[in-house]
This record gives sequence, structure tokens and C-alpha cells, in this order.
Amino acid sequence: MTTASQTFVNIGERTNVTGSARFRKLIVNGDYATAVEVARQQVENGAQIIDVNMDEGMLDGAEAMRTFLNLIAAEPDIARVPVMIDSSKWEVIEAGLKCVQGKAVVNSISMKEGEDQFREQARKCLSYGAAVVVMAFDEVGQADTAPRKIEICQRAFKILTEEVGFPAEDIIFDPNIFAVATGIEEHNNYAVDFIEATKVIRETCPGCHVSGGLSNVSFSFRGNEPVRRAMHSVFLYHAIPAGMDMGIVNAGQLDIYDEIEPKLRDLVEDVILNRNPDATEALVDYAEQFRGQKGKSAEKDLSWRELPVNKRLEHALVNGITEYIEDDTEEARAAAARPLHVIEGPLMDGMNVVGDLFGSGKMFLPQVVKSARVMKAAVAYLDPFMQAEKEELGTVDVSNGKVLMATVKGDVHDIGKNIVGVVLACNGYEIVDMGVMVPCEDILAKAKEENVDIIGLSGLITPSLDEMVYVAREMQRTGMTQPLLIGGATTSPAHTAVKIDPARDNGPTIHVTDASRAVGVVSALLSDEERPLFVETAQAKYQRMRDSRAGGPPKPRHPIQVARAHAHKIEAPAPQAPSFTGTKVFEDFDLSELARYIDWTPYFASWNLAGKYPQILDDKIVGEAARDLWRDTENMMQQILGQDWFKPKAVIGFWGAARDGDDIKLETGDTLHTLRQQMVKDNGRANFALSDFVAEAGDHVGAFAVTAGPEAEAIAKKFEAEADDYSAIMVKALADRFAEAMAEHMHERVRKELWGYAADEALDNEALIKEAYSGIRPAPGYPCQPDHTEKETLFRLLQADRIGMALTTSCAMTPAASVSGLYLAHPESAYFAVGRIERDQVEDYARRKGMDLRTAERWLGPILNYDPGEVEEVAA
Amino acid sequence: MTDRQTRIAQLHAAAKDRVLMLDGSWGVMFQRMGLDETDYRGTRFTTDKYPGQMKGNNDILCLTRPERVTELHDAYFEAGADISETNTFSATTIAQDDYALDLQSVIDINFEGAKLAREAADRWTEKEPHKPRFAAGSIGPLNKMLSMSSDVNDPGAREVTFDQVYQAYREQIEALNKGGVHLYLIETITDTLNCKAAIKAIMDLEAEGLEKLPIWISGTITDRSGRTLSGQTVEAFWNSVRHAKPFAIGFNCALGADLMRPHIAALSRVADTLVAAYPNAGLPNEMGEYDEEPHETSGEVGAWAQDGLVNILGGCCGTTPDHIRAISNAIDGVRPRDPVAGEKSMRLAGLEPFELAS
Repeated sequence: MTTASQTFVNIGERTNVTGSARFRKLIVNGDYATAVEVARQQVENGAQIIDVNMDEGMLDGAEAMRTFLNLIAAEPDIARVPVMIDSSKWEVIEAGLKCVQGKAVVNSISMKEGEDQFREQARKCLSYGAAVVVMAFDEVGQADTAPRKIEICQRAFKILTEEVGFPAEDIIFDPNIFAVATGIEEHNNYAVDFIEATKVIRETCPGCHVSGGLSNVSFSFRGNEPVRRAMHSVFLYHAIPAGMDMGIVNAGQLDIYDEIEPKLRDLVEDVILNRNPDATEALVDYAEQFRGQKGKSAEKDLSWRELPVNKRLEHALVNGITEYIEDDTEEARAAAARPLHVIEGPLMDGMNVVGDLFGSGKMFLPQVVKSARVMKAAVAYLDPFMQAEKEELGTVDVSNGKVLMATVKGDVHDIGKNIVGVVLACNGYEIVDMGVMVPCEDILAKAKEENVDIIGLSGLITPSLDEMVYVAREMQRTGMTQPLLIGGATTSPAHTAVKIDPARDNGPTIHVTDASRAVGVVSALLSDEERPLFVETAQAKYQRMRDSRAGGPPKPRHPIQVARAHAHKIEAPAPQAPSFTGTKVFEDFDLSELARYIDWTPYFASWNLAGKYPQILDDKIVGEAARDLWRDTENMMQQILGQDWFKPKAVIGFWGAARDGDDIKLETGDTLHTLRQQMVKDNGRANFALSDFVAEAGDHVGAFAVTAGPEAEAIAKKFEAEADDYSAIMVKALADRFAEAMAEHMHERVRKELWGYAADEALDNEALIKEAYSGIRPAPGYPCQPDHTEKETLFRLLQADRIGMALTTSCAMTPAASVSGLYLAHPESAYFAVGRIERDQVEDYARRKGMDLRTAERWLGPILNYDPGEVEEVAA
Repeated sequence: MTDRQTRIAQLHAAAKDRVLMLDGSWGVMFQRMGLDETDYRGTRFTTDKYPGQMKGNNDILCLTRPERVTELHDAYFEAGADISETNTFSATTIAQDDYALDLQSVIDINFEGAKLAREAADRWTEKEPHKPRFAAGSIGPLNKMLSMSSDVNDPGAREVTFDQVYQAYREQIEALNKGGVHLYLIETITDTLNCKAAIKAIMDLEAEGLEKLPIWISGTITDRSGRTLSGQTVEAFWNSVRHAKPFAIGFNCALGADLMRPHIAALSRVADTLVAAYPNAGLPNEMGEYDEEPHETSGEVGAWAQDGLVNILGGCCGTTPDHIRAISNAIDGVRPRDPVAGEKSMRLAGLEPFELAS
């Protein structure tokens, strides 16, 4: 930030159409992209405030101001500094004030049109929260002499502070810097007038500031840059001590006072301070020798161009500059043994710097995307060389590597993933992007099919973390040894270290902090030389994290006996016995009847169209895409319904049941096991387990398994064979919806008829989606009972194989479009989350289930409130 | 002096005397009531005129189930809150557009919401005159932001204009004032420009003769980066809203107490007015629920009071009357923070602060 210790604030003037011909041309031609770069250069050059002026006859000033300010608001390295909204037209100023979230400066208001208008505009500035520049200008005209400047500023100060209530510290006077050395005698004292007036104004208007447009003073030496620079420096040298604490200055147009050539400095000083009547003539004579010389420093700070090529590439990447990238890339290529080494070396190093800056909050996402653009340009330049090399070596068409990217099942967020995809693609990697909501099975199948080198998972919502652990575990189980990359908003190195990395030992699992980091990670993992050290380093880091986390305090938990004593007590069994006990298979569903139970909102979400159905169809942003999708979906739905594409099936069962502690004993002799919350709660709230909703005698429970059937997968394959991925995804997504609709439909029949405890229930689909019904249908693997292995008991009891359903070894259901769970009917039954549990419960649970402790801990891994490894060590 | 101005004088006096307590979350409390679609609709909002779902539009309960709103004011005042917020967080035409609510309904929500809060505050003040209670008019953020692009391909695009935002806030503010609130609480600010539109609406209405009320401004630091969603640092945010001469400045939401502390501490160092904080009950767990218990929250924020960082505390998402009671107990008798003396400096801001001494 800019601190109070400084004595002079430098306001950038290059984004001013009246002061810069180049900027005017850019704006008039509508080249706002380049105009934004001008602003960036100014801030790079040290402007602490940027002055924006759009007063040009050919422009709609208000519109230009709005457009430009909105654009620079999106550039964090420009928007970090305050804006000075500069116009002689109030409507342009007001348009600007409506675009800045920070505290801006209005430049300017004055008493030119009288005190009333001055007051009104000042009040408006106050209500928009802006400081003001007040020009020494009144009804008579612009103040030129010191007494006029002082008189006007003092009058304005009184009105502002006493009548309007404007804070003195937010008032900046501009007592007008006029050109000197014009040849007109009356002009000779203008600089002195300014300096003297400044002194008096600062003394008599306590708290205020004084500013001025510096370039005016040297106006008569246009075309003679060295003299102008010397005049500016000398002027400031005297005006700053007098109290000028701000100025509109081209920072590139200033010399250091002590470094000005002494003779020139003396002559300039004579002119500025009006020390002798011949000063102008003397300076004009002496100045002739400098005419035509270019300024010492260019407008833009190009000193980085002097750096070695690797540093230049880094600078270009960090600052998003594409201007010199081809030249620099060529220079690096010429020096490298292979074009690829330029990517793996300096370019990647630069991207790593970007990654560090981004990770530490010194760069923002839009800048990183720009860095990616520079990278892309460099890679595009290198590409023909790499192709030529490949042809020479006879290995045409081998990409740098193939990376599979997917947002995991249950998650629709993909911005981060897409950015990683862009960045990696820029670096010559082939991207297999599977999109969002991708089930683990599909990821692994695709990875095999495409023979990818790396799998990258992304997720934003918390349940995705478990899904990633699941993917890692599945990779271990299925012997997939590719590196697994983890990224996304909820992911962290700690979670990766503690939860995901330990889930597999057959390949590296690496957390990628952010998009810009991805390239470095991928290139290291795919390089035979770099990979061992890189992986070893990462593993060591994760081990340290696991160690240090083990030392941290776990969340307070009740011992299981205490938690059990806090069980929810119900007075009586479920109000009614089911209409049958044992199991029943249901087939021959009317698909159009089921379709009425479909919750379409997640369907759109699965296509990454966020919004509630049906409002989404009229959504301003995604509405059109949603309507297109909806049209295609309706077409497919007609075919599905008309040609009976799916053959959904269900099996449900009811059994006499009784609570036995945290278990539910069935009349069949089987036991359903449940887990109990152990968190410490205030106010005597219960620690729930599902068994709490079953009475200790004379009660019942039910269970269900439903599936949309295996047909969808076969149909999808057919579409894929026809290269119609769109329809393939659609049919799968619709099968999922039908499975969910089956679950909803069967649950309703259970409540109203098959169990019949809510015979007069009248809920519409909306209410069903909101779970407004009585009783619950908790599914194993979800928060109420996080243990997936309970599905094995359910499937056995239901003989779910009769309807073609099975479990994978990790208890995933096949066909994919399937749902299973329990039915609990008690009116007090409610969904809850077990949360983290302690070892005492896990031991007890394992004993009840007849599992060994280690197996139980593996299945319950995501909810353990302790580190199993550590406990073992202590025990041993 | 009107009754209201007398109470406002009591507010200023109380703030010098002790750390004040705001109430806690409303969303989680309404959720627990298990209200259904018909509760939300009442007799006024029939499906023929207002299609789509109304459940979840908590603000509308000010009109359709006012007794449940009063119940919450009472629960929080009973738990020890000095200030309770109106149930009007989303009561602007822009935010209510999701439910297709008309202007008159939006005005009515604010007016009736203000009356409910005011009546409860008056009732508790009468009952416990030693502890006057206050009604704060909740002015929430909008679902549309003025500083952020609405189109990834066009950084200059905006979904809404300043004038539209200004107008929407103006309607809300006027109705809240007329309904009787003692102060305004512009809260959960993700985009400072939206907040500045609300401030301008207040200042303009006052200039037009509306009774002047204290303003409390509460921003939201969205993550560990220490910036608002629109990219400002803590101090830049403060510089950008100081012109409102706020009664209090602070942060709420997004973070739990542990992660919010450094940002409150930063604000506490620069603000020449009261500092307020009402964090969430921790961060949401894997299930999206807040599970920080009252004693945990009160332990954290109680320490802020002890350390002289704050003047007002309260709770945001996931907090309940039990949290408010626990915090209230934890800060009993603690001396409030002394605002820093205002130095004469010009303080400007972009995304970062700028200061030039006078």
C-alpha cells in the first residue's frame, strides 16, 4: 500500500484522451484491450493513482468512462490503485462514480458555474464516497495570479467544510499550473504564482492537499523531451516543499534533480522561479541542442529486456506480456538442445513462479489465465520445431503426455478443472476432459481406454473429498499405477496427505495447489529424470503432514457408552405393521408414470447448467443452453417412453425388527448395524444412530433396491460407437434420473400402501424432492450410515441379484443407475450425519459385525476421528 | 426528541459501556421450525399470482407468519441479544425477483419486518429497562454484483446497473425506516460498490428529510486471502465506506471465528468507529452443516472482547440462541474496545488502500 510517510503522490496521466494521443486513438477506435494495457503500464511504472479522462468530442464520454472503468476493475494489478475520474462534464464523472468500488477522486469540480452547482456536485461526491479535486476556477475565470488562486481556494474550502460537511482531508486543490517561457511576459511568473499560492493554501486550509497537471508547465518546449523532463523535475523540486503533495505526472518523464546537466538545470531554474527577465531566451537558445533527442527512459519500463533470456521469459509469463515472446522463445530454442527443453526448462520455471505468486495471493486468476496465454504463444511457436524433430526421429504424433481430467461424481464445479485443462493444453499435453459428475468407474474405464499418463480429479464441494479417496482406493484395487492429481477448492495438501495418498501405494498421488502449478507437476511426473526426486519430495512432505496432524487435537468426542446413553428415545414402535413381511419383486413399471417423479434440477446440474428446474429454462445466462438441452432431452424421453428403452425393477422387503443397542435385530436372525454420533453437543441434544428409530420390541424395518436396469449402458455404447457422445451422456444421465425416480416412487407406495403408515399423504413432486414425507430411507454409504458394507446385508436379505443388481468389491452397485437403502417408518426418524467417530466405537462396531478392526477402519476411513496407524503404534 | 432518537442515544451510551450483542442466524432457526409451503404463502401469496416455490423465502414470513418471526426476536432477546435484526435480509426487488415478488410486497416485508423487530425490542426494553433493546434493519447483499463481470468472456459486462441497485436499496431503506428500526445494518457485503449504492440511498433519503439513523456496515471476507469477494483488502474496504460515517464497521459470515480473527484485528487497528463481528458457527462440515458448539464459538469470540478488538459481537450462519447466550455470558463485564483516534489523512482505495497524510 501507499503510506502516509510519502510527500508526493504520483498520478498516472497516460489514460487521458486529452493528454495522450495514443490513448485517444485507442479509445476512439474502440481498442479497449490495448487501452487497458496502457493503464497497466502506468501502474507498473509507479503511478499510485490513475487519472482516467474520456473528454473527446467524438466519444460518448459517459459510455467510454463506464466501459473502461468496468474493464480495468477486472484487472487486479490495475484495480489495486485508486482511480481519479477526470472530466469537465459532470455526467461523465457521475457515470464513472457508479463503476468504482474503491474510494476514488473526482477531478474536478469548481465554482465556474456558481456556488450552487458547486455545492450540489460536492454533496454528490460525498454521497458516492469520493475525494475531490477543486480547480481554482470561479464565475470570473481560471485563477492565474497567486492572490486569485488563494482567494478562490479559500472560499471553496469554507463552503465545502462548513456548508457541505466535506472532510478537509478529502479536498485537493488544483491551483492551475500554466505554461511558462511562452514568450509572453505575463506568463513568466506562473510557476512562482503556483508555488506561492500552494504555500498559502496549505497553511490556511488545514487538512487539504494540492495537486497539479505538471506537463502544462513545459508546454512551450513540445518536442524537446530532455528540456521538458528537466523543467518538470525542477518545478517539483520547488513546489513539493511548498506543499504540492500530488501531481499528474508521467513517471517516465522525470529526471532526478541532481542528475540534470548543471547548465540546463540552472537555466530551467531561472525560468521556473522567474529569476531574471532573459531567462526564457537563454533557455530557448540552450535548449536547441537537445531538440529531437528521445527521452532517456521509454514510456514503458523495458529494463527487463536487458535480463538473460530465461529471466525475460519469466517476466513475460508473470506479467502476461506476449509482445516479445516469440523472439525470446526463439533465442531460448536456439540455445537449447531440443525445443522441448525450452518448455521443460525456462517456460516451466516461469510458470512455477506464477504458481508461487498465485498461491501466495500475489497474483489472481485472471492474471494466471493471461500467463497461460503467453505460455500458449510460446508453445505455438515451438510446435513446428517439435513436429520437425518428431518427423526426423520418426515419432510423429506423440504428445507430451495424455492427461485425463474429471470433476468427480456428485460435483458440478469445473471452472478450476477447465483452467487446468487450458494451461496443460497450452503446454502440449493432450487433455481427455470427461466433464463434471463423472463416476469413478467411468474415470477408470476411460483412463484404461485412452491409455492416459495421468489422472486429474477436481472437486469443489466437501463430499467430493471422499469421492477422491474412493477413486484412489479404486486405483489401488484395480492396479492402476498412473499418478493421481488432486485439485479444487475444498482439496488441500493436508487432506491429500492424510486421506487420499494413503489410500493407494501403487503410484504417486499429488495435490496441485492451483492451475498454474499443474504444468510443473505434470512435466515432473512425466519426466523420467525428474519424477523420482519429485515424487520422493512430495511423499516426504505428506509424511510430515501426517505426522504433524497426528499431533494436533482431534475434535472432542464422547466415549461410545456416553454417546449411547444420549440415544434418542422413542416411546413406541412405528404406528403400523407393513402389509407383508419377507420380500417382493416389482417389475413392469410404466415409464411415463415414473417420469413424473423425476427431479430435473440435478439433471441440468449434471450438464453443468446450474439452476432450479423449470426456472432454469428462462434463466438469463444459461436459459438458452437449458432450453436446447431440454428440447433434445424431451426428444429422447419420447423415445425412452415410447419404445420402453429401460426395464426398471425393484425389490423391497419388510421384517419384524427390534433395536439392540446400536444394532437392529431382524426376525430372520440377520442384524443391521448402525453407527452412532459421538460429537459433544450442548443442551442435551441426542447422539443419533439409525437404531434409535426402532423400538426395542415389536417394530419393523424395510429395505429396498431399485434399478433403472442395464439397458442404458448398452444404449450409451451404441451411441458412442456412432461418435454421438452427447446422446450417450444423455441416456446415462436419464437412467440415473429414472433410478432416483424409482426410489421416490417406491418409497411413496411403501408409505401409502405397502407399509401404509401414511395412507392419506398428499405430496406433490416438489414436496417429495424436499423430503417432506414422514419416515426416512437412509442409504448405506451416506451420512446416516457411512459404512458401505451394510449394502451387502441389504442385497443378501433382498436377494437383489434377482433383479440383476450386484455389488462391486468396493460396494458400488451395478448397474450404475441403481439405489438401495433402508425404510424406517417412525415419525421421529430423521436424516442426520454420523460425523467423526472414535476408536472405541469402531472396535465395538467391528466386533458386532465380525470384521477385523483393520478392515472396519478401512471402510470407515473418512469418518475416523483418529489416525489408525498412530493408535496401533502406541498400542504396540 | 422522538422515542426513537432517545433509544438511539441509549444505543450510543450502551456501546461506550459494554460489548453489545447482536442476535444469531435466522435461516437455521426457520429451518428447525419445519415450515411448509403453505406457511410461506399464507393467504396473500397464492400460486396463481406467485407461481413457483415460495418455501425458503424466509423474508416473506414477516407477512405470512409474523408470530414466528416475533418468536425468534424474543428467543434472541431472551438469550441476551441487545440488538435483533429484521427478517429482511433479501427484501429488495432484485433479490426477490427469484420469487417474482412485486414492489409493494417487498415494501410491505420491510415495513412489517421493521415493525415486528421494533415491537419486540420495545417490549423487552419495557420489561428490562436497565438493558434497552434495539431493532436493526437488515440490508443484505444482492445476488447480482456491480464490480464483477457476469460473463467470463467479457470482463466489462455487468448484470445490473448502479441505478438499479440504488433504487432497490432505496425502497428497502425507506420502508425499514418508516417501520421503525433504530439503525441500519448493511451486511454480508461481498461487493463494496453494492454497499456504496446502499449508502448513497441512505444519504440521499436523509437529505430529502428521512429521519437519520445510525449505520452499521458489515463486509464479508470470503476466504483466507483476506479479501472481499470483489477483491478488496480489509483496509481498502474500510476506506471505501468510511464516508457513511458508520456507527459500526465489521465483518460477518463466510468464516468461522478462528479464521475471521486476523481480519477483525486488522480492522480494529484502523477504524475510528465501533468494530463489530459476527462469524459463522465454524466452517460447514462435510455435510454442509455448521457444527461448532456454543461453548466453542463463545470461547473464540469471547477472547476477541477480552483482547479489546471488538465493540459488538453476534452470530451468523449456524448460530442459535444458545450460541448468543454463551457469547453473552462470556463477554459479561468485559470492557469494550476504544475506537482509534481519527488521524487526518486522505484515505483512498482501489483493491488496496491508499493513504496520504494531510
